[in-house]
Amino acid sequence: MKHEMTNKEYSDYVKKKTPNSKVFLNSLKAFISGGIICVIGQCILMLLKKCGFDEETSAGYTSIILIFLGALLTGLDIYPKLAKFAGAGTIVPITGFANSVVSPALEAKPEGMVLGVGAKIFTIAGPVILFGTLASWCAGIIYWIISLF
Amino acid sequence: MDFLKAFIIGGLICVVGQILIDKTKLTPARILVTFVVLGVFLQLIGLYAPLVDYAGAGATVPLTGFGYNLCKGVSKAVSEKGFMGIFTGGLTAAAAGISAALIFGFLVSIIFRSKPKK
Repeated sequence: MKHEMTNKEYSDYVKKKTPNSKVFLNSLKAFISGGIICVIGQCILMLLKKCGFDEETSAGYTSIILIFLGALLTGLDIYPKLAKFAGAGTIVPITGFANSVVSPALEAKPEGMVLGVGAKIFTIAGPVILFGTLASWCAGIIYWIISLF
Repeated sequence: MDFLKAFIIGGLICVVGQILIDKTKLTPARILVTFVVLGVFLQLIGLYAPLVDYAGAGATVPLTGFGYNLCKGVSKAVSEKGFMGIFTGGLTAAAAGISAALIFGFLVSIIFRSKPKK
Protein backbone atom coordinates (compact mmCIF):
# COMPACT_ATOMS: atom_id res chain seq x y z
CA MET A 1 0.00 0.00 0.00
CA LYS A 2 1.29 3.44 -0.89
CA HIS A 3 2.08 5.57 2.10
CA GLU A 4 0.15 8.83 2.16
CA MET A 5 1.94 11.71 3.73
CA THR A 6 0.17 13.72 6.37
CA ASN A 7 0.44 17.48 6.20
CA LYS A 8 2.99 17.48 8.98
CA GLU A 9 5.15 14.85 7.38
CA TYR A 10 4.98 16.76 4.14
CA SER A 11 6.02 20.06 5.71
CA ASP A 12 8.87 18.31 7.54
CA TYR A 13 9.89 16.81 4.22
CA VAL A 14 9.84 20.22 2.54
CA LYS A 15 11.80 21.74 5.40
CA LYS A 16 14.38 18.99 5.14
CA LYS A 17 14.80 19.36 1.39
CA THR A 18 14.55 23.09 0.75
CA PRO A 19 17.39 24.46 2.89
CA ASN A 20 19.76 21.85 1.48
CA SER A 21 19.12 22.76 -2.12
CA LYS A 22 19.40 26.41 -1.11
CA VAL A 23 22.71 25.69 0.57
CA PHE A 24 23.85 23.89 -2.55
CA LEU A 25 22.87 26.76 -4.85
CA ASN A 26 24.47 29.34 -2.55
CA SER A 27 27.62 27.23 -2.43
CA LEU A 28 27.74 27.00 -6.21
CA LYS A 29 27.41 30.79 -6.51
CA ALA A 30 30.11 31.27 -3.85
CA PHE A 31 32.37 28.78 -5.65
CA ILE A 32 32.09 30.52 -9.01
CA SER A 33 32.35 34.11 -7.79
CA GLY A 34 35.09 33.37 -5.24
CA GLY A 35 36.96 31.40 -7.90
CA ILE A 36 36.73 34.29 -10.35
CA ILE A 37 38.11 36.77 -7.79
CA CYS A 38 41.05 34.41 -7.16
CA VAL A 39 41.66 34.10 -10.92
CA ILE A 40 41.76 37.92 -11.16
CA GLY A 41 44.29 37.81 -8.30
CA GLN A 42 46.30 35.18 -10.18
CA CYS A 43 46.31 37.38 -13.33
CA ILE A 44 47.63 40.37 -11.35
CA LEU A 45 50.20 38.15 -9.62
CA MET A 46 51.54 36.76 -12.90
CA LEU A 47 51.63 40.17 -14.57
CA LEU A 48 53.68 41.55 -11.67
CA LYS A 49 56.06 38.60 -11.80
CA LYS A 50 56.49 39.21 -15.52
CA CYS A 51 57.38 42.81 -14.71
CA GLY A 52 60.30 41.45 -12.68
CA PHE A 53 59.04 41.66 -9.11
CA ASP A 54 60.03 38.78 -6.85
CA GLU A 55 57.50 36.33 -5.43
CA GLU A 56 56.88 38.11 -2.13
CA THR A 57 56.67 41.63 -3.56
CA SER A 58 54.28 40.46 -6.29
CA ALA A 59 52.02 38.81 -3.69
CA GLY A 60 52.09 41.99 -1.59
CA TYR A 61 51.15 44.25 -4.51
CA THR A 62 48.43 41.79 -5.56
CA SER A 63 46.82 42.15 -2.13
CA ILE A 64 47.13 45.94 -2.26
CA ILE A 65 45.56 46.12 -5.74
CA LEU A 66 42.69 43.79 -4.77
CA ILE A 67 42.06 45.80 -1.60
CA PHE A 68 41.98 48.96 -3.71
CA LEU A 69 39.49 47.40 -6.13
CA GLY A 70 37.32 46.08 -3.29
CA ALA A 71 37.27 49.51 -1.63
CA LEU A 72 36.54 51.35 -4.88
CA LEU A 73 33.74 48.96 -5.92
CA THR A 74 32.20 49.39 -2.47
CA GLY A 75 32.29 53.17 -2.85
CA LEU A 76 30.64 52.85 -6.26
CA ASP A 77 27.96 50.63 -4.66
CA ILE A 78 28.84 47.77 -7.04
CA TYR A 79 30.37 45.38 -4.50
CA PRO A 80 27.24 45.15 -2.30
CA LYS A 81 25.25 44.20 -5.42
CA LEU A 82 27.75 41.47 -6.29
CA ALA A 83 27.61 40.28 -2.68
CA LYS A 84 23.86 39.77 -2.89
CA PHE A 85 24.49 37.17 -5.57
CA ALA A 86 27.78 35.74 -4.45
CA GLY A 87 27.47 35.53 -0.64
CA ALA A 88 30.67 34.12 0.83
CA GLY A 89 32.26 34.27 -2.64
CA THR A 90 32.63 38.02 -2.09
CA ILE A 91 33.13 37.92 1.71
CA VAL A 92 36.00 35.45 2.04
CA PRO A 93 38.45 36.97 -0.52
CA ILE A 94 40.54 39.94 0.55
CA THR A 95 38.25 42.23 -1.52
CA GLY A 96 35.57 41.29 1.02
CA PHE A 97 37.84 42.47 3.81
CA ALA A 98 38.22 45.80 1.98
CA ASN A 99 34.44 45.95 1.61
CA SER A 100 33.97 45.32 5.33
CA VAL A 101 36.39 48.17 6.10
CA VAL A 102 34.74 50.67 3.75
CA SER A 103 31.03 50.07 4.19
CA PRO A 104 30.70 50.85 7.93
CA ALA A 105 33.01 53.86 7.48
CA LEU A 106 30.91 55.14 4.60
CA GLU A 107 27.71 54.77 6.61
CA ALA A 108 29.23 56.56 9.59
CA LYS A 109 30.24 59.60 7.55
CA PRO A 110 27.41 61.81 8.91
CA GLU A 111 28.68 61.11 12.45
CA GLY A 112 31.91 62.95 11.67
CA MET A 113 35.48 62.22 10.72
CA VAL A 114 36.93 61.07 14.02
CA LEU A 115 34.24 59.14 15.87
CA GLY A 116 32.31 58.41 12.67
CA VAL A 117 34.62 57.32 9.87
CA GLY A 118 37.71 56.99 12.07
CA ALA A 119 36.10 54.69 14.61
CA LYS A 120 33.70 52.75 12.39
CA ILE A 121 36.37 51.89 9.84
CA PHE A 122 37.50 49.36 12.47
CA THR A 123 34.06 47.79 13.02
CA ILE A 124 35.14 44.58 11.26
CA ALA A 125 38.80 45.32 10.56
CA GLY A 126 39.33 45.70 14.33
CA PRO A 127 38.29 42.16 15.29
CA VAL A 128 40.10 40.72 12.26
CA ILE A 129 43.34 42.50 13.16
CA LEU A 130 42.95 41.72 16.88
CA PHE A 131 42.36 37.99 16.51
CA GLY A 132 44.82 37.69 13.65
CA THR A 133 47.54 39.34 15.73
CA LEU A 134 46.61 37.25 18.76
CA ALA A 135 46.76 34.03 16.75
CA SER A 136 50.11 35.00 15.19
CA TRP A 137 51.43 35.88 18.68
CA CYS A 138 50.44 32.42 19.94
CA ALA A 139 52.11 30.88 16.89
CA GLY A 140 55.18 33.04 17.60
CA ILE A 141 55.44 31.65 21.15
CA ILE A 142 55.35 28.13 19.74
CA TYR A 143 58.01 28.97 17.11
CA TRP A 144 60.13 30.58 19.84
CA ILE A 145 59.90 27.56 22.16
CA ILE A 146 60.81 25.27 19.25
CA SER A 147 63.78 27.53 18.43
CA LEU A 148 65.17 26.99 21.96
CA PHE A 149 65.83 23.31 21.31
CA MET B 1 46.61 25.55 -15.59
CA ASP B 2 47.61 28.02 -12.85
CA PHE B 3 44.32 29.82 -13.41
CA LEU B 4 42.29 26.64 -13.10
CA LYS B 5 44.05 25.71 -9.83
CA ALA B 6 43.48 29.22 -8.46
CA PHE B 7 39.82 29.06 -9.48
CA ILE B 8 39.13 25.67 -7.91
CA ILE B 9 41.01 26.12 -4.63
CA GLY B 10 39.86 29.73 -4.18
CA GLY B 11 36.30 28.71 -5.01
CA LEU B 12 36.37 25.81 -2.57
CA ILE B 13 37.62 28.00 0.27
CA CYS B 14 34.68 30.34 -0.40
CA VAL B 15 32.29 27.35 -0.38
CA VAL B 16 33.50 26.49 3.14
CA GLY B 17 32.58 30.04 4.15
CA GLN B 18 29.18 29.80 2.46
CA ILE B 19 28.33 26.53 4.19
CA LEU B 20 29.36 28.06 7.54
CA ILE B 21 27.06 31.03 6.86
CA ASP B 22 24.09 28.89 5.82
CA LYS B 23 24.43 26.13 8.40
CA THR B 24 25.66 27.97 11.48
CA LYS B 25 24.28 31.49 10.95
CA LEU B 26 27.74 32.92 11.53
CA THR B 27 27.81 36.61 10.60
CA PRO B 28 30.25 37.76 7.88
CA ALA B 29 32.43 39.45 10.53
CA ARG B 30 32.81 36.16 12.38
CA ILE B 31 33.56 34.36 9.12
CA LEU B 32 36.40 36.80 8.41
CA VAL B 33 37.84 36.40 11.91
CA THR B 34 37.49 32.59 11.73
CA PHE B 35 39.25 32.43 8.37
CA VAL B 36 42.18 34.57 9.45
CA VAL B 37 42.70 32.51 12.61
CA LEU B 38 42.26 29.31 10.60
CA GLY B 39 44.94 30.48 8.15
CA VAL B 40 47.38 31.10 11.01
CA PHE B 41 46.64 27.66 12.44
CA LEU B 42 46.95 25.83 9.11
CA GLN B 43 50.29 27.48 8.43
CA LEU B 44 51.48 26.67 11.96
CA ILE B 45 50.87 22.96 11.39
CA GLY B 46 52.54 23.26 7.98
CA LEU B 47 49.52 22.74 5.73
CA TYR B 48 48.98 26.15 4.17
CA ALA B 49 52.36 26.74 2.49
CA PRO B 50 51.96 23.65 0.24
CA LEU B 51 48.48 24.91 -0.71
CA VAL B 52 49.97 28.30 -1.68
CA ASP B 53 52.62 26.55 -3.76
CA TYR B 54 49.90 24.59 -5.49
CA ALA B 55 47.15 27.17 -5.99
CA GLY B 56 48.93 30.55 -5.91
CA ALA B 57 46.38 33.33 -5.63
CA GLY B 58 43.68 30.71 -5.04
CA ALA B 59 45.20 30.29 -1.57
CA THR B 60 46.56 33.79 -0.91
CA VAL B 61 43.52 35.86 -1.97
CA PRO B 62 41.00 34.34 0.51
CA LEU B 63 41.33 35.67 4.06
CA THR B 64 42.99 32.42 5.17
CA GLY B 65 45.92 33.71 3.08
CA PHE B 66 46.05 36.78 5.32
CA GLY B 67 46.41 34.46 8.31
CA TYR B 68 49.05 32.45 6.46
CA ASN B 69 50.97 35.68 5.90
CA LEU B 70 50.76 36.62 9.60
CA CYS B 71 52.08 33.22 10.62
CA LYS B 72 54.83 33.17 8.02
CA GLY B 73 55.91 36.63 9.20
CA VAL B 74 56.07 35.67 12.85
CA SER B 75 58.03 32.51 12.05
CA LYS B 76 60.62 34.50 10.09
CA ALA B 77 60.83 37.22 12.74
CA VAL B 78 61.35 34.72 15.58
CA SER B 79 64.19 33.05 13.69
CA GLU B 80 65.82 36.45 13.04
CA LYS B 81 65.13 38.41 16.23
CA GLY B 82 64.29 35.76 18.79
CA PHE B 83 61.74 36.65 21.47
CA MET B 84 61.09 40.14 20.09
CA GLY B 85 59.94 38.54 16.85
CA ILE B 86 56.86 37.14 18.61
CA PHE B 87 55.62 40.71 18.94
CA THR B 88 56.82 42.20 15.66
CA GLY B 89 56.45 39.40 13.11
CA GLY B 90 52.69 39.19 12.57
CA LEU B 91 51.84 42.85 12.13
CA THR B 92 55.00 43.53 10.13
CA ALA B 93 53.94 40.92 7.57
CA ALA B 94 50.37 42.22 7.55
CA ALA B 95 51.37 45.90 7.44
CA ALA B 96 50.89 46.38 3.69
CA GLY B 97 47.41 44.82 3.72
CA ILE B 98 46.22 46.66 6.82
CA SER B 99 47.62 50.02 5.65
CA ALA B 100 46.10 49.58 2.19
CA ALA B 101 42.70 48.70 3.66
CA LEU B 102 42.75 51.69 6.03
CA ILE B 103 44.09 54.22 3.54
CA PHE B 104 41.90 53.21 0.59
CA GLY B 105 39.00 52.73 3.00
CA PHE B 106 39.41 56.25 4.32
CA LEU B 107 39.80 57.80 0.85
CA VAL B 108 36.71 56.01 -0.47
CA SER B 109 34.72 57.14 2.59
CA ILE B 110 35.76 60.73 1.90
CA ILE B 111 35.01 60.66 -1.82
CA PHE B 112 31.77 58.65 -1.97
CA ARG B 113 28.44 58.91 -0.24
CA SER B 114 26.60 56.05 1.41
CA LYS B 115 23.75 54.83 -0.78
CA PRO B 116 20.42 54.57 1.01
CA LYS B 117 19.57 50.94 1.82
CA LYS B 118 16.58 49.50 0.02
